[in-house]
Amino acid sequence: MVKVEFLGPIGKAPVEMEAKTLADVAEKLKEDGTVKEWLPKCAVALNDTMVSDLNTPLKDGDRISVLPPVCGG
Amino acid sequence: MELYNGSLDVKEIFGRWLDEEAESNYGAYIPFVGTIRAEDGIEALSFDIYEPVLRSWFDAWQQRAKERGAVVKMAHSIGDVPVHTSSYVSAVFSPKRRVALELIEEFVEDFKANAPIWKYDVKNGERIYAEDRSTPMDGSGLLA
Repeated sequence: MVKVEFLGPIGKAPVEMEAKTLADVAEKLKEDGTVKEWLPKCAVALNDTMVSDLNTPLKDGDRISVLPPVCGG
Repeated sequence: MELYNGSLDVKEIFGRWLDEEAESNYGAYIPFVGTIRAEDGIEALSFDIYEPVLRSWFDAWQQRAKERGAVVKMAHSIGDVPVHTSSYVSAVFSPKRRVALELIEEFVEDFKANAPIWKYDVKNGERIYAEDRSTPMDGSGLLA
């Protein structure tokens, strides 16, 4: 199982799922209507490191963070 | 990198940074202060931060600055920050002014685009996500 957490204003509790790659995570998140709307504008971190490849392999216990648009300062 | 609950004590931070580098032989010290403006009826801005990714982002910038003989520093607020007070300060120290002037611009602009911080307007005690002023981080849309 991997854990997916939604940061900042997304305001959704973390979810756990079976996934072998980030592509699997993407497929499952698209089934959630609320989350689906956020996905085009969100970046992704795996265990607190930013990632950019959907084929990134996942292992049991991995933590995926979904980061919506930012505005510091 | 320093994180504080509420408004920053700008004078204390800038004074301390000046003291920290007093013997470092830097010829230039360029500070930047972000202050909350009173506009659109807001009482305050409020901030969420994802600290692990912010620290990685800042560490990468420290390395980039070091390669140019410079040092970057920053402090940011968490939670509510009332109008006319400050939520963000940063600074660059470098041997000569040109590197510091270039770095402060690059650093502050990348901060705006990629530091994992979320801003909310506070009106009548309610937090409203500042969506129209927010920027998708590099690599956004991966899961779409």
